[in-house]
Amino acid sequence: MIFLQQVINGLTTGMLFALVAIGYTMVYGIIELINFAHGDLFMLGSFYALTVITGLQGMGVSAAGLLAALPVVFLLSMAFCALLNVGVDFLVYKPLRRAPKLTPLVSAIGVSFVFMGIGQVWKGVYDLHFPDLLPNTNLLGEGASLRFTGKDLAVFLVTVPLMLGLSVFVRTTRLGKAMRATAQNPVAAQLMGINVNLVIGATFVIGGALAGAASVIYGLSVNTVSFQMGYQNGLYAFTAAVLGGIGNLPGAMLGGIVIGLIRSLGSQYVGEQWTSALVFAILILILVFRPSGLLGARTREKV
Amino acid sequence: MAPLLALEDVRAGYGPIEVLKGISLEVNEGEIVTLIGANGAGKTTTLMCVSGILRARSGRIVFRGQEIHGLPPDLIVRLGLSQSPEGRKIFPRLTVLENLEMGAFTRDDPAGVAQDLGRAFELFPILKERRSQPGGTLSGGEQQMLAVARALMSRPKLLLLDEPSLGLAPMICIRIFDVLRDLNKQGMTVLVVEQNARAALKLAHRGYVMETGAIVMTDRAAALLDDPKIKDAYLGE
Repeated sequence: MIFLQQVINGLTTGMLFALVAIGYTMVYGIIELINFAHGDLFMLGSFYALTVITGLQGMGVSAAGLLAALPVVFLLSMAFCALLNVGVDFLVYKPLRRAPKLTPLVSAIGVSFVFMGIGQVWKGVYDLHFPDLLPNTNLLGEGASLRFTGKDLAVFLVTVPLMLGLSVFVRTTRLGKAMRATAQNPVAAQLMGINVNLVIGATFVIGGALAGAASVIYGLSVNTVSFQMGYQNGLYAFTAAVLGGIGNLPGAMLGGIVIGLIRSLGSQYVGEQWTSALVFAILILILVFRPSGLLGARTREKV
Repeated sequence: MAPLLALEDVRAGYGPIEVLKGISLEVNEGEIVTLIGANGAGKTTTLMCVSGILRARSGRIVFRGQEIHGLPPDLIVRLGLSQSPEGRKIFPRLTVLENLEMGAFTRDDPAGVAQDLGRAFELFPILKERRSQPGGTLSGGEQQMLAVARALMSRPKLLLLDEPSLGLAPMICIRIFDVLRDLNKQGMTVLVVEQNARAALKLAHRGYVMETGAIVMTDRAAALLDDPKIKDAYLGE
């Protein structure tokens, strides 16, 4: 029973990591940049949602009204993060597109610090309470030995459709296929008449929007946010992306779930203080045997 | 009549290295023109400049009466110029069908695209058989066919081909060159870069010979095939 409970907990946090990991993996897939600021974008998204929700509370909106307004909060936060992400690409990464790979990478670390600084100025350095709007009741019945709460369900209701939607989008739409083509060979994509700058912009928009959605559902289910949450969760999400095979979309989803499970099972059976060490030890182990990650690209171009 | 494509004194390079030291060449409508030369002569660089992937440092590149030097690659494709690049550069994790769809990316006439897809499968039946397979799982020859077929999907006025015979079995080379000859008879203009000078000169109407970033000779293809210097340097006779 405890095992099953930890599996539920692990899946729930894993889905959140997965949604953030997608942002890392998509950007890496297209321009080979580890966007270290992505986790902090996630943090700013939750701050923005917090501002919107407290603003609504200040206007006297009831708890039921807030719950009804949540879809709007999600959309606002997704738009906020999408714009911020594509804006940073335009101002910081785009001018460095032809520079050596290390230059935009170091710039991304810089943007991460700038975002954290903005977060500190915006909401201070202490942990903040994020309004507890979702029902924490056990959906399996109050007496049941397993807990699957309304919050857990909400996490799945947000993350699963977004991931499915994204998968369908990149498989079937014109822009989605152009994104995959650009990721696989940018020069060939240009020779096909694909406007690569547009594709890169779309990638930052989508990755940002997903981080925005993840940040709201994170706030609603964990109920604590701080300017450092982006660093911690971003690191796990980035690890998830590498574990699954960086640049690989299903890999990021799988990686997120695996890391969520390692964390929850590890804290149960190994010890809370060892979870981070365990996550990275397993990452190292997997990369030793599968350097390209669990689902990393295996097809080689033939000569 | 003005040529379909004209390069005038084009200079280009990478960093401090100048690869093209003033290239001038012309391709007339309806022609097959070949650019031959040793490895590193600048043949691929020339095509990359024409396609807009590499920006020429100076000179003029005129396609269908319009200066295209400095235009982004996607606009050049829209003008009717497509390229099957060196090393094929197919999309390894897109299916054969998706690769071909990408070739038609600039078009928005689904009926015409479907028709051209049918033609591509007619030209290379093996691609039809493998249409749901990822491009990366194809053999080298099949990938080359896919690269050519993909470049045709934009219905180009001018097709650029970079080393279509590289690493292929002779039978497959012959097949691809036959297809090119047929397409040319139907009105497509072709500029083909080749290390296999003999095959290229047999296919082409005219040829340019390139050495270390400059055009050193040009003539009718048949004349180049008979030229003692060409025979000595490129045909291994």
